[in-house]
Order: sequence, then structure tokens, then C-alpha cells
Amino acid sequence: MTLQGFTSAQANTDRGPRDIGQPIEEVRARLSQTWASQGGLWGWLTTVDHKIIGRRYIITAFVFLLLGGVLAAVMRAQLARPESGLISPDLYNQLFTMHGTTMMFLFAVPVMEAFAVYLVPLMVGTRNIAFPRLNAFSFYVYLFGGLMIWIAFALNIGPDIGWFAYVPLAGPEFSPGKRADIWAQMITFTEVAALATSVEIVVTVFKQRAPGMTLDRIPLFVWTQVVTAFMVIFAMPAVMTSSTLLILDRLVGTHFYNPAEGGDALLWQHLFWFFGHPEVYIIFIPATGMVSEIITTFTRRPVFGYLFLVLALIAVGFLSFGLWVHHMFVTGIAELGASYFTASSMLIAVPNGIQIFCWIATLWGGRPKFKTPLLFVIGFLIIFVLGGLTGVMLASVPLDTQVHDSYFVVAHFHYVLIGGAVFPLLGGVYYWFPKLTGRMLSERLGQWNFALAFVGFNVAFFPMHILGLAGMPRRIYTYPEASGWGTLNMIASIGAVVFALSFVLFLWNVMASLKRGAVAGDNPWDAPTLEWATTSPPPPQNFDRVPIVTSRYPLWRHPDTLPVGTGLALDTREIVLTTVVEGRADVRVTSPNPDIWPFITAVVVGVTFIGSIFNGWVALVGLVPIGIGLIGWGWPSGSVEDES
Amino acid sequence: MRTEPVADFAGLPDHAFDHRVVTWWGTLAFMALEGMGFVLSYGVFLYIMWLNPQWPVGFPPQPLFWSTVFTAVMVLSLVPNWLVMQRTKAKDNASLRWLLVLMSTISLVLLVIRWFEFTALTLRWDTNVYGSVVWVLLGLHTLHLATEATDNIVMTALYFTGHVPEKRFTDADENAMYWVFVVVGWLPLYGLIYFAPRLGSG
Repeated sequence: MTLQGFTSAQANTDRGPRDIGQPIEEVRARLSQTWASQGGLWGWLTTVDHKIIGRRYIITAFVFLLLGGVLAAVMRAQLARPESGLISPDLYNQLFTMHGTTMMFLFAVPVMEAFAVYLVPLMVGTRNIAFPRLNAFSFYVYLFGGLMIWIAFALNIGPDIGWFAYVPLAGPEFSPGKRADIWAQMITFTEVAALATSVEIVVTVFKQRAPGMTLDRIPLFVWTQVVTAFMVIFAMPAVMTSSTLLILDRLVGTHFYNPAEGGDALLWQHLFWFFGHPEVYIIFIPATGMVSEIITTFTRRPVFGYLFLVLALIAVGFLSFGLWVHHMFVTGIAELGASYFTASSMLIAVPNGIQIFCWIATLWGGRPKFKTPLLFVIGFLIIFVLGGLTGVMLASVPLDTQVHDSYFVVAHFHYVLIGGAVFPLLGGVYYWFPKLTGRMLSERLGQWNFALAFVGFNVAFFPMHILGLAGMPRRIYTYPEASGWGTLNMIASIGAVVFALSFVLFLWNVMASLKRGAVAGDNPWDAPTLEWATTSPPPPQNFDRVPIVTSRYPLWRHPDTLPVGTGLALDTREIVLTTVVEGRADVRVTSPNPDIWPFITAVVVGVTFIGSIFNGWVALVGLVPIGIGLIGWGWPSGSVEDES
Repeated sequence: MRTEPVADFAGLPDHAFDHRVVTWWGTLAFMALEGMGFVLSYGVFLYIMWLNPQWPVGFPPQPLFWSTVFTAVMVLSLVPNWLVMQRTKAKDNASLRWLLVLMSTISLVLLVIRWFEFTALTLRWDTNVYGSVVWVLLGLHTLHLATEATDNIVMTALYFTGHVPEKRFTDADENAMYWVFVVVGWLPLYGLIYFAPRLGSG
């Protein structure tokens, strides 16, 4: 095979010896040294290795999942019986706000991006993510935002305004103090992090795919991450706009949401849900990528309808921007508008349905091996379809009007989000854990984990449909005995305990397997995509030589010997850029080396964001150190990577 | 896994321009997300304007002089900016240095004009929603401008301190591309802040 599309060789900068003609052991050793992060605390703070940052992102997101889960457990304890006095109304307000905020902003979106940060460069066959320093910065900003809101909660100044923080409740008149400001600023932190990661993902997939990886050979998980990244780029500015205007209303006396001075409370809802509905798909779409990869591997056959799956993803991405008003059906919008948003909300079920049928067809035509990852996918199919059906019901204005703000809605979105995202995610953890750690998770514990999760989830959340239809509103800290809701609430709480136990088992499995799990080898599942072509865990350089892709399923096409390219530098971090559509090798460039400035800049940004909650001038004054941080970051350090 | 070399990357060029490099795409992606922020801010302005039958609320439209001077300088700056793009492609280090000095000076002059534009406003951000939206839109673009002014100055400093490997031409080229975005992002704001109230029912 020859490479096409070269421009004539130019007077290239000297980047030291190349790997041509070197024995592979020598290549591996020198590249490992070149791409390694430094040791100790300094190395910890300066690393730009996407695998290390991705791992940190994943662990941090799971810590937030557990924290959010503990809040849910406390709420279920309070609601298990009527007129319970376990929790005060004020604390309950903080609990449900922190639960929703943590799960949406600190767990669900970041964990999906975390998997992208770790896996996408490996799956497209490159040595690091695009803009690796931005990636490090993104993680620290996310971490600081999460720490800020949780420390505030520990100090009893946690937000108490719900995860979507409607005005006027969240405005200066009805929420004095700092609680709402902390919520709004947490948005700024997490959205900056998410936007940065999305830019990295888009550029990595566009420009750093292994030569030969044409658009129709991109793994479906990678496709889902590209679509998601574009959605983040166009959706998240809306929530940053809305929360910034909220902070300005609260801190410097602007009037965007103040009807008395010409502002409007519904402006908040429009801006928030313009982000908020795509947000659901920002969480769900990467999970569908996990589903596609797992189903392909465990049926050991090409996925049915690859093209339809990709088109369906893109269609969902577009359509998700046209549904936001279905969250606002009870705000008195015009009838024509309501009809339009009902239709568009029902329309999105079509591409989602196409995906479901493609997965079922793949399973149908194959001989599936029901290992734990596939069990979680089966659980996903069942639970998500149920959640999707109640979604279609809620798209209808008369029904939505009846059950708005009731437990029916709580049941619906937990079926969609836990079924649609958490089940595939857990399947994904079981699937990729061997790649990240070099060890297998226990299959026996995994099956118990799945069984407890599936049963616990349904026992916890199915009764909520009935409670909602019976009129139980969400966000109440208790209810009277005469309501008759006690029994179903008790069942839901018992289910929550079982569901929580499944996570205890999951954690136990992870901890035990890290120490004693079976050694995985490079490709324990006989999977077809490129991340399985390297060692488990992968070396700092990911691949000793850059793969050349000739098939959508490269490791099935070349099970023994992978075609690769040579000619890259050994002692300088060098990667190959390819053309966007055809994936032809085009340019040979350097990749940034470790640097402390992303950490310093993130600290300065964090101090500025937090300080500005207490004094608006900090936002202006903070621009100076942030500018210095960014200049330090961009200024060449004298290394070959920076100077060539 | 065993590997078999079938291609050699040694002959590939080690730098390029435009869509062939990652920074061009990164700049484009940031322009997309910031552009989305601008589009939403236009939307906020129009939504509030549509909501208030009397627009502008309680005050006459804002004065035109400094904003028009600002707009004129911005549009004219596209000429030296275009020259920057041409000279980067030609790798003409000597001309670029002075063009970058010119662009840095223009961006600082624009910040000074923007200061006068702020002081000419006839209402504060906390007067009513009209004041809020005018100040925030203007502030948003000022932040954009200040960021790019810093970029211009840093780029100039790099060119005067010997940090000019081949890829620095790409950096200067992309910086100039971003300047076009700063100019283009301003024009709808100029129309909305200063002319929409004059066309409205008020």
C-alpha cells in the first residue's frame, strides 16, 4: 500500500532520528520515554496524556455519581413513609437540587466525555488527543467546579432551587444569599470544561484518524462522540448565557428576568431548555455508541445498518434542538407552537427507533455471547424503550398538562437517563475495563451486578409512574398519610436500596479485580476496533507504529498482523494528520509535551469564578492573571515540540 | 500484536496552512461556539425588544458617534488584516512584523474608542432591561475584542523575539482569521444596539 496525496517533501525541521529500520523493541522503548509523563506531583500536575486525564475524568465522574446516589438514597429514606421527619424541608430542597445538578452536570455529561477523552484517540489510531494541554485544563476546571458546589453544600450553602433553577425563584428577590450564585457559577465551570473537550474531540476525529480511516470506517462510538461534541458546541452556550444573565441579575442588578423593568421570567426557560433538551441527547448519544460497539463485539458480526445508525445519530442531533418548548407546555404558549413542538417531539422517536431496530437486527442475526457488557445492553434496550414510550406520551399536550411536575415525569426521565445512559455506561465499563487496567472484571459478580441493577431500578422507578398518575407532585419533602401514596413509596424505596446494592457490588468488583482480576491481554473480547490493537493498558505512545486502516473492523480484517506506517520521530512527540474525508496521510506535526500552565490557568480561572460570586470586580480584575496564564501556556518553552 | 510496515510518513511535510492543520479546525470550533453565544445574545435582544411594546424602554436610542467611529475602524482594519494573511502564506517575516505592530495598535485604539462608546451611553445596566441588554451586549463584544487584542500583542512579541519557526506563520494566519470573526460578530450587534431601537415603535 502506498500513501497518496503527499505534497513534495519540503525542507523539514530536524526532529531527530526516526523509527525506520529500527527493531520494534527499540522503537517501543524510545517512544515510551518520549511520550511518558514525569513522575511525582509535578508529573501529576503537568501530564497531557489523554489516557491519564481520561482516567481521572472517569474516576472523578464516578465519585460524583456515588455522591449523587447517596443524596438519592437519603431522599428515598425520607419519602419511604408519609409524614416522615427525617429531613427538614430546607435540606430536602438542597438534596434534590444537588442530586439533579450533580447527576446532570458533574456525572452524566462529564463521564461520557471522559470515555471519549480516553478512548477516541485509541479508537482512531493516534498518539494523543488534539490540544492535549486544553484537555488537562478542562479536567481541572471541571474538578474545581465540582469541588466548589460540594464544599458549599457541606457548609449548608448548597443551592436549593432545583437543577434547572427557574426564575423568579432563583432570582435576587426570592433567593437571597449565595446559594443560587454557586449553582450558576458551577454551570460556568462545567460548561467551559465540556466545551473545551468537545473542541478536542471534533478536531481529533477530523484530523488525527489513522490513515485509511475514511468516514465510513469510523467506529460508531467515535461517530457518537463527534455528534455529541457538535451538540455541546451549539447547546452549551445557551446555558452559559442564561446562567451569566442570572448572575448579572443577582450581583449587579441587571433586569433580564425582572418583568417589573421590562425583563421576562420565561426568557430563562427558553434559554435553559434550548440547552436542556439537547443535554439529554448529549448524555444519551455516546451511550448508544457504547451499545453499538458492545453488540458488534458480542455478536461477532458487523453491525446491521451502519449507515442508518450514523444518519440516525445525526438526525437525533439536529432534531434535539427543535424540542425545547415541550418542557414549557404549561407556561401558556400559543396553540400553534404547542402543536409544532408536539410533532417535533414525536418525530425524534423515529431515528431513535431506527437505532433500536438496527441493534435488534444485529442481535437477531448473530450468535450473541451474553457476557456482562451485553447483559447491560439488553437491560438498556428494555428500560430505554419503556422510557421512550412515556416520552412520546409526554409529548402530547393534554397528557403533559395533567402530569406536569408529577412523579410520572420523574419516572420517565429516570427510565430514559438511567436506562438510556447508565446501563450502557456500566456495560461500557465492563467492556473497556480490561483495556484501561489490564485486568478483567469478575464475570460472576458482573452478572449479579446486572441482575440487582435491573430489578432494583424497576422496583424503584416503575411505581413512580403510578404515583405521578395518582397526583403525587415532585419536589415535596413529605406527603400526608391520607394520600394513599405510602405503599408505593415504600416499594420504590426498597427498590432504591436494591439498586444501591448493585453499585456496592460494582465497586467491590472494580476494587477486587484491580488486584486479583484475570490478566486481560491485548484483546480479550476478540473485538474489531483499534484500541484493542495495543497493549492493555496502552503504553504512553498508544501505538508503537501508526496503524493503517483498510476496513471498518480492522482487527477482524487483520487478526494477526496489523498494517502500519513508519517514518515518525523517536525522540520528539510526532503525529500524523490526515485529510478530513478520505483519511489520507497529509502532514507530520508535533504534539505538545507536558506543561504546568494549564493547571496554573485553571487555578486562576477557578479563583476568579468563585471570587466573582462575592464581588463582581473580581471578574474584571481576574482577567489579568487569566491572561498571564494563557500567555504562559502559549509561549514557546524551547522544546522541539514547541519550536518546530 | 504483530505489525507490518506498509507506508512511510517520513516524506510528509512538517507544517501546513488552513484546513490541513489542527489549529485551524480548533479556531473554527471556538468560532462556532462563540458565534453561537453571539447568536443567542442577538436572540435575547430581539426577544426582549419583541416583548416590550415600547422600545427602547423609557430612553431614546443610544448615541451613534463613537459606535460609528468604532465600526468604521473595525471594518477598515480588515485591510491590514488581509495583508497579514497574504504575508503569512508568503512567509514574509519582515513585512509581517510591522503588520502585526499595526494590528496590535489598531486593536488598542479600538479598545480606547470602546471606552468612549461606553461613557456615551445614556443609561446604566441597572436602569431597566434596555440598559441591561445594551451594556451586556457591548461588554460581551469588548471581552472578545480584549482577548483578540492580547492575542495580537503576544503574536507581535513572538515575531520580535525570534520565535518564528515555520509553524508560527500558521499561527499568525489563524489569528488573522479570528480577527475577521471579531469584526463580523460586531456588525449585527452594531445594528441591534444602535439601529433596531430607531426602527422600532418607540
